[in-house]
Amino acid sequence: MMSEWTFIGLFLLLAAVFPGAPIILNSVLLGPKKNNPVKNSVYECGIETVGDTWVQFKVQYYIFGLVFVVFDVETVFLFPFAVAYGQVGLFAVAEVILFILILVGGLVYAWRKGALEWV
Amino acid sequence: MDIAKLLNDPVNELAKLLTGLLAGMGLPSALITTILLIIGVVAIGTFCLLLPLFLIWFERRVVARMQDRVGPNRVGWQGSLQTIADALKLIIKEDITPIGADVIVYNISPILSVVAIITMWAVIPFAINIVGTTLNVGALYIVSVGSLGTLAIMMGGWASNNKYALLGAFRTVAQLVSYEVPMLLSLLVPVILARSMEMNKIVGEQSIWFVIAAPIATLIFFATSVAEVGRTPFDLLEAESEIVAGFHIEYTGMKFAMFFVAEFMHAFTVGSLTAVLFLGGWRGPWAEEIPLLGIVYFMLKSFAGYFLVILMRASLPRIRIDHMLDLCWKFLTPLALGAIVITLLFDKLGPALLNVEYARWVGPDYMFARAGLLLLGNLLLGLITLYILSSEARRQRRAAEGEPAADHAAHGGHDEHGHGDEGHGHAAPTHAPAH
Repeated sequence: MMSEWTFIGLFLLLAAVFPGAPIILNSVLLGPKKNNPVKNSVYECGIETVGDTWVQFKVQYYIFGLVFVVFDVETVFLFPFAVAYGQVGLFAVAEVILFILILVGGLVYAWRKGALEWV
Repeated sequence: MDIAKLLNDPVNELAKLLTGLLAGMGLPSALITTILLIIGVVAIGTFCLLLPLFLIWFERRVVARMQDRVGPNRVGWQGSLQTIADALKLIIKEDITPIGADVIVYNISPILSVVAIITMWAVIPFAINIVGTTLNVGALYIVSVGSLGTLAIMMGGWASNNKYALLGAFRTVAQLVSYEVPMLLSLLVPVILARSMEMNKIVGEQSIWFVIAAPIATLIFFATSVAEVGRTPFDLLEAESEIVAGFHIEYTGMKFAMFFVAEFMHAFTVGSLTAVLFLGGWRGPWAEEIPLLGIVYFMLKSFAGYFLVILMRASLPRIRIDHMLDLCWKFLTPLALGAIVITLLFDKLGPALLNVEYARWVGPDYMFARAGLLLLGNLLLGLITLYILSSEARRQRRAAEGEPAADHAAHGGHDEHGHGDEGHGHAAPTHAPAH
C-alpha cells in the first residue's frame, strides 16, 4: 500500500520534469531574448487593451460553478457505496436510490429556479 | 526459454533482471525498489510525451483526408517527422511573458496541464501485470487528477492578462466544470458493476465487456470525456473564430507546445479510459497468458477510441454554449442518474428473482443472464428517454409553429398563442394538446 502511494508521489514530482525541462531549455538556453515593450504588450485585435483585463464577469459562470460543487460532492459520496455494492442488501440500494432522488430534487430545483439557463 | 519469457512479459522480466543486477551490486532493497519506481515513472512519462508526436501527425493526416486535402507529407516518410520538425522550431522560439501577466501562475499553467495527463497514466493498466500502480481508488484518482487539467486551463486564461484568454477561462468554468458531473456519474456505473475502483479489477471483471451491460453509461462517458478535452464539437474554450485562441492566446514557444501535448494526449487518454472501463481494456484471446498481447489489444482499443474522437472532430460543427450547457445539465446528468438507478436496481433484482447468491450472480455461471438483464434495463431507459425527448421536441415545435399564426391574428397575446396551438392540434388529431 505504502509503495503505491510512494509511486504516486514520485510520479507527481517527476511528471513536472517532463514538461518543465523543454520549457526551461526553450526559455533559458535556446530561445532568443530580445524583449521590448511593444512585443510584450497584450494583443487584442491589433490595438492596445482598453481598461483593466480582470473585469467583472457574468454571474452565470459563478452559478454553474456552485451547482457543480454541490453535484460533485454528492457524487463522490456514491463511490464508496458502489464499492460496497456486492455486500449490501436491497434495502441499502433503496436508500441510495432515495439519496439519488434527493440529488434529482436539487437538480429540479436549480432547473426551475432558472440557474441552468444561459442568459 | 529465457527469450520466450522475455517476449511474453518484457516489463516484469526486465524488472526481475534489473533487481538481480542491482542486488548483485550490493544495494539495499529499499533503494532498489525506489530505483525501479523511478524507472517506471520515467518510462510512462516518456511514453506520454513522445506519443503526441505520432498522434498529431496521425490526426492531421486523417483530418486532411476527410477534408479532401493531402496534409503534411514532406518531412520524412509521408510527413511522419513533421511534428518533430515543429517541436524543434518551437523550442528555438522566443519565450514571451506579456506585460501585466501573473508570472507565477502563467508559467505553472502549461506544466500543470501536462502533469495532469501524465499522472492519469499511473493507474491505467497496459496488461494483466503491467500497470504503474494498483491504487484501490483508481477510478476516483483518474477523475481528481484529470480535473487538474481544467484548473491549468483556468489558470492560463486568467493569468494571461488578455480578455480573449479570460473569456476562454470563463468558458472553461462553464463547460469543463459542468461536464465533469455527468462524467463522474457515468464512471460510477462500471464501478458498481465491478464493485471496485481499482482499474485492473474493473478490467478483470469484464468477462463480458461493460459496454454490453451499460451502453448508456459508455456513451455518456465518451461524450463527456471528449467535452473535457475541449475538442470540436466542444471546443468553445479555444474557439478560433470567436475568441481567437482562447486560453493559450498569449503563450509562445514550448509553453504553447505543452498545451498541445496535453490536448492530444488527453484525447488519446479518453480512448484508453473508455477501453479500460467499458471495452475490456487488455482483454482478448490469450491476453492473460501473454501480457505482450494484452498491450497490443489495449493499444488497438485505445486507438479505436481516439480515431472516433478524430472523426467527431472532422465531421461535427461547434455547438453553441447554451445548447451545450443544456445538453449537459438537462439531458446527460438526468440520464446518467437514470443509468445508475437502473444498474443498481437490475443488478440486485436479478439475483433476487432467480433466487441466487449475489456472489454467484456476478460469477461465470450467470454471466450472460446478468449482461442481458442490464442491457434490457438500459434499453428500457433508452426508450423512455427517446419518448420524453420526442414529446418535448413535439411540444416545442408546436409552440414554434403556433407563434407566427398568433402574431398574424393579433398582436401576439397569450390567448391567441393558445388558439394557434389548438388549430394545429386539430390538423393533427392524433396528438393531445400540449397544455
